[in-house]
Amino acid sequence: MKKRLLSLVLLNSVYSSVLSADEVYVAVASNFFAPLAVLAQAFKAETGHELKVSTGSTGKLYAQIEHGAPFQVFLSADSKTPQQLVAAKLAVAESQFTYALGKLVLWSSEPNKLAEPVEVLKKNEFQHLALANPTTAPYGKAALEVLDSLGLSQSLASKQVQGENISQTYDFVATGNAELGFVALSQVQKEGELTQGSVWLIPEDLYTPIQQDAVLLVRGQAQPAALSFLKFLASKPAQTMISAYGYGLPKAD
Amino acid sequence: MLTLEDWTAIALTLKLASLTTFILLLIATPLAWHLAQTQGWWKAPLNALVALPLVLPPTVLGFYLLVVLGPKGWVGQSMQALGLETLPFSFTGLLVASVLYSLPFVVQPIQAAFSSLDRRLLEAALTLRAHPLDAFFTVALPLSKQGFLTAIVLGFAHTVGEFGVVLMIGGNISGETRVVSVQLYNHVEAMNYQAAHSLAALLVLFAFSVLLGLYYLNRGK
Repeated sequence: MKKRLLSLVLLNSVYSSVLSADEVYVAVASNFFAPLAVLAQAFKAETGHELKVSTGSTGKLYAQIEHGAPFQVFLSADSKTPQQLVAAKLAVAESQFTYALGKLVLWSSEPNKLAEPVEVLKKNEFQHLALANPTTAPYGKAALEVLDSLGLSQSLASKQVQGENISQTYDFVATGNAELGFVALSQVQKEGELTQGSVWLIPEDLYTPIQQDAVLLVRGQAQPAALSFLKFLASKPAQTMISAYGYGLPKAD
Repeated sequence: MLTLEDWTAIALTLKLASLTTFILLLIATPLAWHLAQTQGWWKAPLNALVALPLVLPPTVLGFYLLVVLGPKGWVGQSMQALGLETLPFSFTGLLVASVLYSLPFVVQPIQAAFSSLDRRLLEAALTLRAHPLDAFFTVALPLSKQGFLTAIVLGFAHTVGEFGVVLMIGGNISGETRVVSVQLYNHVEAMNYQAAHSLAALLVLFAFSVLLGLYYLNRGK
């Protein structure tokens, strides 16, 4: 798969060498917004191309792409949605690859709150537990799976407040309006350090792995810079940066 | 066509709009009266303050409410000190937000009605030794009926049309903060377009009837 991607890139490099700096329209799932900003800088430094980034929940971006949004590259928070885009002939099948493995955490903006996280959830002595809307946000779906695995989905149903996407979920917890919330590890850590509050890195057997796939959209086919961005995303330096944000890396195939 | 969840959202919206309109009438009537009567230096700033929600993006209000009413904001902290729950993610929170958001739609029509009152009628009542409150309720209020009706209709309809603020402080809770506009948004987000169509059509019908009624009401004015 990667080889095919590479050959596509090589074919297109003829064009990119004669073209000057281009713009690439990227739709990105909210959880990956911050890392993408850093990657965009590195990409620009390397190629001169600029990323124009739009963010939202995976489900919302899917709906936008389906309705003709001018995005050229899609960075999803799951692998299912890019597959659906391929099936709908809106994305290029050979271009799909996993750029990161998402990690779900339970987070509180207060320190020392989550020394015994499962106990805290079981005791149920909080007002609000924030999660992303599970119908459109893969991280929200994973959060529900965790509650199911712990047998707590019934008892905590009335405490749940939903963010439109994982960024709003983060805002709910950061402003203290929700004492606890399920967010992405990448949102609460910087260079391997927790930025604020306390966190529980949820054991990965409690939810289906969040395999985040990137795909070239049909509207990006004629844009060599879009392909070179995908190639850059799969490159070693980019992958190192991604892992520093708290993502797992896909095993080399 | 409409699911149980849709009906829950509709009922919640009607409850929110009714309560908001009721509270706004209590607040707006003295406020509009004062604005119509006063010539003080504060008249212009107060008018501007009341009109703010007309021009501000709802996100501004939503952001401030989230920050100020939350447990880290000063209102939120005072409320917690009093043993009360904080307002975001609650029906009461939406009510507070809606009152602020729809304020000008209720104040302005009433204020306009009060301003156009024939002052001589009020003065006559006072000369006949009517208590000022009595004069207000028996002379000023009946003469301003049109303004009040317009205020009620606009306040109610504008609250039904609220979206941005609710999205920011609501938390999408069924029966508590998930109003019709948010339920419709959920349908669209989930690409459940058939369900979205039903609700959207209902809202168009509602808004059109309300405005139609309003124009009939004010016909010839």
